[in-house]
Amino acid sequence: MAVSQLVGARIHRREDPRLITGHGRYTDDLPHQGVVHLVVVRSPHAHARIRSISIDAAKKAPGVLAVYTAPDFKDIIAGPATFAVAPVFAPNKLTNPPRYPIAAKEVCYQGEPVAVVIAGERGQAADGAQLVDVDYEVLPAVMDIEAAAKPGSAKVHSDQPDNIAWDTTYVPWEATEEAFKTADVVVKERILQQRLSPNPMESRVVMAEYDSFDKRLTMWLSTQNPHWIRLFVAGALGMGEQAVRVISHDVGGGFGSKISPYPEDFIVPACAKLLDRPVKYTETRTEAMQNAYAGRGQIFDVEVAAKKDGTLLGMRVTQLLDAGAYMALFSAFQTCACLMAGGAYHWNAISSRSQAVLTNKIPTDPYRGAGRPEATHVAERMMDVLALELDMDPVELRRKNFIRKEEFPYTQNFGLTIDSGDYETTMDKALKIAGYDDLRKKQKEQRKHGKLVGIGLSTWIELCGLGPGAATGPATGGVVLSESAQVKIHPAGGVSIYVGTHNHGQGNDTTHAQIAADTLGIPMEQIDIRHGDTNEGPGFGYGTYGSRSLAVGGIAILRSCNKVIEKGKQVAAHLLEAAEEDIVFDHGKFHVKGAPDKSKALGEVAFAAYGQLPAGMEQGLEAVAYFEPPNFVWPFGTHICVVEVDAETGAVDIQKYVAVDDCGNVINPMIVAGQLHGGIAQGIAQALFEEMVYDDESGQLKSATFLDYAMLTANEMPEIQLDSTVTPSPTNDLGVKGIGEAGTIASTAAVINAICDALSPLGIKHVDMPATSDRLWLQMQRARGASSNGKEARK
Amino acid sequence: MKHKVSTTVNGTRREHEVESRLLLVHYLRDVVGLTGTHIGCDTSQCGACTILVDGKAVMSCTMFAVQAEGKQLTTIEGMAKDGELHPLQQAFWDEHGLQCGYCTPGFIMAAAYLLSQNPNPTEDEIRRGLEGNLCRCTGYVNIIKSVQSAAKTMGGAKAKPAGRPAVTAGGE
Amino acid sequence: MIPAAFEYARASSVEEASKLLKTYGEDAKVLAGGHSLIPLMRLRLAQPKALVDINGIKDLDYIKEDGSKLRFGALTRHVTIEHSAVVKQKLPILAEVASEIGDNQVRNMGTIGGVVAHADAAGDYPTIALMLDAEIVTNRRTIAAKDFFKDIFTTPLAADEIVIEVVFPVANGPHKYIKFRRRLFDWAIVGAAAQKMNGGWRIGLTNVGPTPVRAKAVEEALHTGAKPEEAAQHASDGLNPSGDLRASPEYKKHLARVLTKRAIEQAE
Repeated sequence: MAVSQLVGARIHRREDPRLITGHGRYTDDLPHQGVVHLVVVRSPHAHARIRSISIDAAKKAPGVLAVYTAPDFKDIIAGPATFAVAPVFAPNKLTNPPRYPIAAKEVCYQGEPVAVVIAGERGQAADGAQLVDVDYEVLPAVMDIEAAAKPGSAKVHSDQPDNIAWDTTYVPWEATEEAFKTADVVVKERILQQRLSPNPMESRVVMAEYDSFDKRLTMWLSTQNPHWIRLFVAGALGMGEQAVRVISHDVGGGFGSKISPYPEDFIVPACAKLLDRPVKYTETRTEAMQNAYAGRGQIFDVEVAAKKDGTLLGMRVTQLLDAGAYMALFSAFQTCACLMAGGAYHWNAISSRSQAVLTNKIPTDPYRGAGRPEATHVAERMMDVLALELDMDPVELRRKNFIRKEEFPYTQNFGLTIDSGDYETTMDKALKIAGYDDLRKKQKEQRKHGKLVGIGLSTWIELCGLGPGAATGPATGGVVLSESAQVKIHPAGGVSIYVGTHNHGQGNDTTHAQIAADTLGIPMEQIDIRHGDTNEGPGFGYGTYGSRSLAVGGIAILRSCNKVIEKGKQVAAHLLEAAEEDIVFDHGKFHVKGAPDKSKALGEVAFAAYGQLPAGMEQGLEAVAYFEPPNFVWPFGTHICVVEVDAETGAVDIQKYVAVDDCGNVINPMIVAGQLHGGIAQGIAQALFEEMVYDDESGQLKSATFLDYAMLTANEMPEIQLDSTVTPSPTNDLGVKGIGEAGTIASTAAVINAICDALSPLGIKHVDMPATSDRLWLQMQRARGASSNGKEARK
Repeated sequence: MKHKVSTTVNGTRREHEVESRLLLVHYLRDVVGLTGTHIGCDTSQCGACTILVDGKAVMSCTMFAVQAEGKQLTTIEGMAKDGELHPLQQAFWDEHGLQCGYCTPGFIMAAAYLLSQNPNPTEDEIRRGLEGNLCRCTGYVNIIKSVQSAAKTMGGAKAKPAGRPAVTAGGE
Repeated sequence: MIPAAFEYARASSVEEASKLLKTYGEDAKVLAGGHSLIPLMRLRLAQPKALVDINGIKDLDYIKEDGSKLRFGALTRHVTIEHSAVVKQKLPILAEVASEIGDNQVRNMGTIGGVVAHADAAGDYPTIALMLDAEIVTNRRTIAAKDFFKDIFTTPLAADEIVIEVVFPVANGPHKYIKFRRRLFDWAIVGAAAQKMNGGWRIGLTNVGPTPVRAKAVEEALHTGAKPEEAAQHASDGLNPSGDLRASPEYKKHLARVLTKRAIEQAE
């Protein structure tokens, strides 16, 4: 590409002016004449049979226009096939219970829709919903994944054979027999990944209008991927995609929870059709806490075999995953934790198995990082567990086993090829910034005074930029996650670019414009980047998730710009009376090779492109490009966390946090830093506070408010010291990698390793998440061997 | 039963008949048509709906519209004057203090209140002053920077040094 | 969510409020700061038929010095108490407690009368009220704090009875309130208060039972010369807290001891 002017610069975000002045266009902000409001009547039980539903009183309530239950949708939403766009990435589908947007006979999670009430005002719809009387026969709620996996367990769905969603062994245990036989040391650990609530600050809103004359449907909703929603909704409603328009303007965060379709995505347009009126559903926070697809929810059993000198030999890892009541669309992507569990290191062999179990809870699906935070947590915890066992510095253990710079591209144990990396340099930089050696010296002193201070490392790697068809295709029956872009140069030189990704905070409207401006050699202001409307741009867009908007979407933009430039060369050749192959494009101008003075600007060429052209040359200056990445991209880095644990109360104080990350070439360093800050905050919150807690018996969600589900506030967020190294990816034209998920992937292990290090003088080797003060206190009590009758062990 | 409510919203007098159960935030969004104030939760914890009522930061989801009788209300839409951004808005833009932008109006209003009470806050005072607002995107780092930067612009600051000692996550 | 419909009435005097409450009967609620009530109404966990808004009653928002007492009008907001010069001077522990309730938005609306009348076990003012022998004045009578907090969310208030004033003794000796929680704006997992007063110590605990607790055993131990660390061991005497998402009963008892010790040691 041309000499960079904007790429790499700290360009302020072009999407901000409307957002900071209150002029955002989130779905709930859109005015709509004549819209009526839908409230969902949800099951209060995690598992129950529906005996009957009485809707008479609700129908008579003031303002209520309609009350619908499952039978009303029979002819309008296609059968259970709706959600069963066969869950992708599921390696081995054993039990995939059919899911209909609204339950008819049996409810399988708390919050599952059983009826909807539509009224002129939202308050009236809510009043009506209170009057819907459902007679339930409560069934046992299956909540514990280990119990649910056992033969003879109560069933999540009474009509399914068992609760095993899938069970796949990637590499059998025999493959690691040699490693474990010859090992000097074997360490084992059980590592929990608690269920998390994604909690974008905007809960979901769905609005739909059906034009019964033209038979067209328009939907506005809060989603990360409007084209996928169009595909599903059109299919379920028996409509052609050409008749369905999905619009998703500003979206208040996603974090993975706005990828897969939700029941309301089908119910709302169906109601708009049934009533022939625009209908809107606004999810409450309580509904979102119960019903947004959850993250994580996994148990890992891990064994590591090594030599006395720290050389890693083999790993065995079993993932037991809480799938929830149904298999969500991308839930099986989380199995990538098994393929990534070896982390940044050399291993002779790794065996792994993933088992997913249905439970009476909202399904799990990708949440920021999806599988990769889990893998990092496994790999990085096991490094520290082993280092403790070998009495080795965790830094040296990592250094000894790192995949080395000169080995890339490196094909790891599961056949995935890591594009590029330099793990040691990045780690050394982080160690230097943190002052690691001094920290260790200081720690020795502090320990003498009974202080529980710990230092934790996470030398993380990530696979992202979803994704190459060679990897996703076989696991999904042919789904390829490429990306599209369309560039239109209008006659007077204005440029519209339509992208298939979506922007819900990532700053793509800015970074994408930076790439296009540099490529086309024109000011950014001349370029409009548009996303979130399926009636515009290419035939399909794949959406934003898996840190792909730049590494996949950005390349599609680059390529569509280059296509336009190629076309422009033809036109310029005509204008400059030269041969096309002699035309050079540089900084927004076409000129004849060797004669830069004789040039035509892009705008001039555009104007000409829509006018009279030589015979055989087609008018117009626009192009579409799809980019299928040849490989994933693999960012990496080192995070170092220093904590002090209050020996009396178990409260954790994060005293230092250093992150040195490498995401290849950087388009906008300001945005990269912002992504890291936010990701790290989510990881710290997972490590310390966040957890979806259900009642074991009733299956009710107990952590259902922002009081009980504790995300960080500004006060708890520690200071973050960021730095970077740059190791470009050789697999794409920009040399970029992804950074949207990195902070979340890296941080939990750094925090927990620091806490474990702090508590190691008490003989504590492992701590689970969230490491709340009460849990740590209990663990310390046990470690100290103190009785719990009030005699606190003295520090 | 409907009640008459007269307020001044961003300097403009408004008079409407409202249901008693209408929350102030819904009044602003649905009746007055100012959708910049957002709703992020049901339980008065996220601060997304923060506005100024007679100059004080208040969660507009935890007040009924009828209670706003006779009050001066300022929302995010009232912050920019004559096409010029409020220093806080400018600072959020300059310092990348927002990502998805949904919580941003609430943060700007909470910060405006904070600076009205304490024009020259330390970093710690900013963190404490924004404890009532949740953001899921930014990790707050750049929000804090934005408020520091705005304080400077607004003339409060010979900014105190950033010095923030240990942060206690969990604890007193 | 939208609350269920209710009738709204604005009272301009205590008498009018009381009369309105009587008219509406059992299903009416007083609306003061609203920060406990309105969220419950939005979740439809509370569906009062009527709200009597007392925010317009002018003479309920005050802090008055009255000899050895400080009188707080029921509508005095947390933010006022937090910044009040007279409170900082005469009853500094209450200013500190006020500054740690919720967040700025909550403190701008929440009232002392509302917190006391709501009688949440995790409320902070009730602990100080109990520990310092405060009095709760209603439109009918004066109730000693020790007789006021009966059970969780339970007080002796009649349906048409309104808290109009909370009266604290002046106490400006060494003091400390330690509110242990995950995040700054959270409710206390456990809170411990220590106040030196009239030559002795007053010790109070928050959220270790259905009502606030005065730790008399600790006060007595200190009185008989025990060191803070020893005396604080009695903080959990007789406690039987219930567990919740944040803490087990054992942990709460442990925190009661540790925080009491710290509060006494850090009192200044």
